[in-house]
Amino acid sequence: MQLDSKIPEGPLAEKWDKCRFSNKLVNPANKRKYEVIIVGTGLAGASAAATLAELGYNVKSFCIQDSPRRAHSIAAQGGINAAKNYQGDGDSIFRLFYDTVKGGDFRAREANVYRLAQVSNNIIDQCVAQGVPFAREYGGTLANRSFGGAQVSRTFYARGQTGQQLLLGAYSAMMRQVATGKVQMYTRREMMDVVVVDGVARGIVCRNLITGEIEKYSAHAVVLATGGYGNVYFLSTNAMASNVTASWRAYKRGAGFANPCYVQIHPTCIPVHGDYQSKLTLMSESLRNDGRVWVPKKAGDTRKASDIPMDERDYYLERKYPSFGNLVPRDVASRNAKEMCDAGLGVGETGLGVYLDFSDAIKRDGLDVIMRKYGNLFQMYEKIVDTDPAKEPMMIYPAVHYTMGGLWVDYHLMTTLPGLYATGECNFSDHGANRLGASALMQGLADGYFVLPYTIGNYLATVAPTPTDTNDAAFDQSVEMVKDQTEKLMKNTRSGKGKETVDHYHRELGKVMWDNCGMARNAEGLKTAINKIPEIRAEFWENVTVPGSGQELNQSLERAGRVADFLEFAELLAKDALAREESCGGHFREESQTDEHEAKRDDENFSHVSVWEYKGEGTEPVMHKEPLTFENVTPSQRSYK
Amino acid sequence: MASKNINILVKIWRQNGPLAQGAFEEHALKDISTDMSFLEMIDVLNEWLTRKGLEPIAFDHDCREGICGMCGAMVNGTAHGPDKETTLCQLHMRRFKDGDTIVIEPFRTQGFPIVKDLIIDRSALDRIIAAGGFVSVNTGSPQDGNTILIPQHVAEQAMDAAACIGCGACAAACPNGSAMLFASAKVSQLALLPQGQQEAKKRAINMVLQMDKDGFGNCSNHRECENVCPKGITIRNIARLNREFMKGSFAIDH
Ligand SMILES: Cc1cc2nc3c(=O)[nH]c(=O)nc-3n(C[C@H](O)[C@H](O)[C@H](O)COP(=O)(O)OP(=O)(O)OC[C@H]3O[C@@H](n4cnc5c(N)ncnc54)[C@H](O)[C@@H]3O)c2cc1C
Ligand code: SF4
Ligand code: FES
Repeated sequence: MQLDSKIPEGPLAEKWDKCRFSNKLVNPANKRKYEVIIVGTGLAGASAAATLAELGYNVKSFCIQDSPRRAHSIAAQGGINAAKNYQGDGDSIFRLFYDTVKGGDFRAREANVYRLAQVSNNIIDQCVAQGVPFAREYGGTLANRSFGGAQVSRTFYARGQTGQQLLLGAYSAMMRQVATGKVQMYTRREMMDVVVVDGVARGIVCRNLITGEIEKYSAHAVVLATGGYGNVYFLSTNAMASNVTASWRAYKRGAGFANPCYVQIHPTCIPVHGDYQSKLTLMSESLRNDGRVWVPKKAGDTRKASDIPMDERDYYLERKYPSFGNLVPRDVASRNAKEMCDAGLGVGETGLGVYLDFSDAIKRDGLDVIMRKYGNLFQMYEKIVDTDPAKEPMMIYPAVHYTMGGLWVDYHLMTTLPGLYATGECNFSDHGANRLGASALMQGLADGYFVLPYTIGNYLATVAPTPTDTNDAAFDQSVEMVKDQTEKLMKNTRSGKGKETVDHYHRELGKVMWDNCGMARNAEGLKTAINKIPEIRAEFWENVTVPGSGQELNQSLERAGRVADFLEFAELLAKDALAREESCGGHFREESQTDEHEAKRDDENFSHVSVWEYKGEGTEPVMHKEPLTFENVTPSQRSYK
Repeated sequence: MASKNINILVKIWRQNGPLAQGAFEEHALKDISTDMSFLEMIDVLNEWLTRKGLEPIAFDHDCREGICGMCGAMVNGTAHGPDKETTLCQLHMRRFKDGDTIVIEPFRTQGFPIVKDLIIDRSALDRIIAAGGFVSVNTGSPQDGNTILIPQHVAEQAMDAAACIGCGACAAACPNGSAMLFASAKVSQLALLPQGQQEAKKRAINMVLQMDKDGFGNCSNHRECENVCPKGITIRNIARLNREFMKGSFAIDH
């Protein structure tokens, strides 16, 4: 596997210009002869579909849900970053770039992150022009908030529904192209394989989720914008259908998988409340601006929060990190909550929770002010937990939230499989080992509106504009492979041998992953996971029961296919975590810590991207390294003391 | 979080396909925690059915946080169930009592054919958006976002309308099967903002025509839509749509 990142030569600020200038162009009259498949209609997919269609390409767009508007991006709450410096508080493209590289713990490519910061401003302008109702100041200018511990106010937002509004903007732009016929929309389709013809991606195979039919689609290039794999942990803040299937199948067809172990665990989620729990709900990070985090000093203290006197409470973040206090980055806040609970200091019925207390803020600013800021979040909390955070402290606990790892891509967003691109959360490119708040929305839209539309032309210009078809035998082989898998998944039920449900195995996998590949990892735990995962996988194939048939709408079958892939992918994630013997970003490796028990990065040995190459069933995957070099910033150890 | 367990009787609609004959199926569920969400209750029932080798109930859902608009069903005759401004996925079992009977059926209206069990086909809503629910601007280099000032209260009003999640409850609740609340939310959002005003009239007309084509009825002010809307979209938006539509009908020759 060749890893050529294709980063243009020259000064950082000129690289993107250079790339655009040196790219080959597709003759405008020829654009209509090219077809592009885009899998996924989240921010990354919908924005690319709209833009490519506007340019004249023919787009085939696919999503799992009944409408493209329901992609997981819809759930993002907090906001989107841009380097507008509207507040005049010292922001700039370079500062956004620097914050993002530093936030990612110096494990991302400088050139990619710089480009992201450069196009961030265009995103805001584009969204305003589409009618996205961003929050405004009284004078009518766009409002900003500071987010995720940033020292400047650069986050644009639309109430607590920023993801929804940005996605609906991109969706509308895409539907406009559906009406013109430039975008063909295929909803309720699940991509099951990438079809490779003569070494290049030439199409996909999908399951039609209504009829069960396995369908073939061809194009001159294929883009995956299929989101993150957080659901490998079973419980996460991701939507139920979020999966690794599309990227995993691409990996098996030759696309390198980068940094699978980089997972972000968000500190402020509503704690787990029972075995029947199906997903976790995020409480926006902005709450830490006013809430104080604490646990009782005494283990096993069962008194009500309000009955515990001040001097018997441990405001542990304020104590340990006096200068950042409750606003330490996500990974630090998460790890500390876990440590407290592991030490028996956790609160709530399960002991897996810490308090986030607004009483001091309410005393200081008044209930009115606090409700204006967080009213909708308090309501959401009350709906789920049935207590009012204005009266009793919230209980929070960390949960899996975002995956920085993903398909390896070069500067053009092309994977190691020619003709196959990956955008948005499903690639690995911009967030290094840790993503800053409000940067995922920025990246998804940057990729789709402003990067891919330029870079994909450079590839298409080298492909003959002849009509595509699905006649190649490779399409039929993929179809057979998918049918085979369906057959295997359903055989236990037919033979009466199937005993356990898909969710049962998914839950079991999730537990192994959370216990051994979660917030803090060590070699022993990771080896345990690497041994256990294949056992669960074997049992799954032996005993899973999937009722119904493959030739109809069958949600058990859909989930079974996704879990089957998670069961394979999880092992790669654990292997990657084992190989990275340093702590960095969201990944805390217990063997690599400072005397003060803080994360210790090891730049000498691990300043690289780990890229895994599939070598076939039953053969160990091979890891390749893309070295990371820093010419414009000096990697420093993060310190929040 | 005082959780307790209740026993309930669920009467749930089963229908194998668009043309198949449907019927209610009854299940007595024991020890349902009141902390469960409504969909988790269906999960529990589905796990039980699956273990018995029976087909679980098909239902749509994705975010389970009240924002994607994928979930939805009639619960005891009300779209999304008894709680105000709450999607089905955010409804919790503490709303029910021990011994309750809960009747669950799909949204039923001409515009939304049934696919299977509780799953319906809402693609008509996408077609309504494709007919005009956008601002005609290509990706490129639009002017700076702060060039056109928008008063805060206008942006807030636009946001109120933009909060629609496209769940279709409004159409399911309407005696005429009208999707006016849905369409008017988008028309209003864009008519309120300077960026959308250029095409406001044309947009209203095209979206209404598409609604007709897809078999939705007309609005005759029953206000049922507003009652069930999980996002608090008000019928003031319908008045705004009607205004744009009237202006448009006079202006455009068709
Ligand atoms: C609760 C929550 C809050 C968040 N808040 C913020 C925030 O405030 N700011 C921020 O910057 N980021 C936030 N994030 C992160 C951000 O929302 C996501 O990273 C981002 O939206 C991902 O966008 P995407 O386009 O890459 O993928 P997604 O939006 O996940 O879209 C994936 C698409 O791919 C399709 N798909 C997937 N697999 C297949 C398949 N096999 N076949 C066919 N189609 C498939 C899906 O149907 C969907 O259309 C938040 C995340 C969560 C969970
Ligand atoms: S207007 Fe309300 S009920 Fe109708 S689709 Fe939108 S959110 Fe659902
Ligand atoms: S599942 Fe998304 S709104 Fe209910």
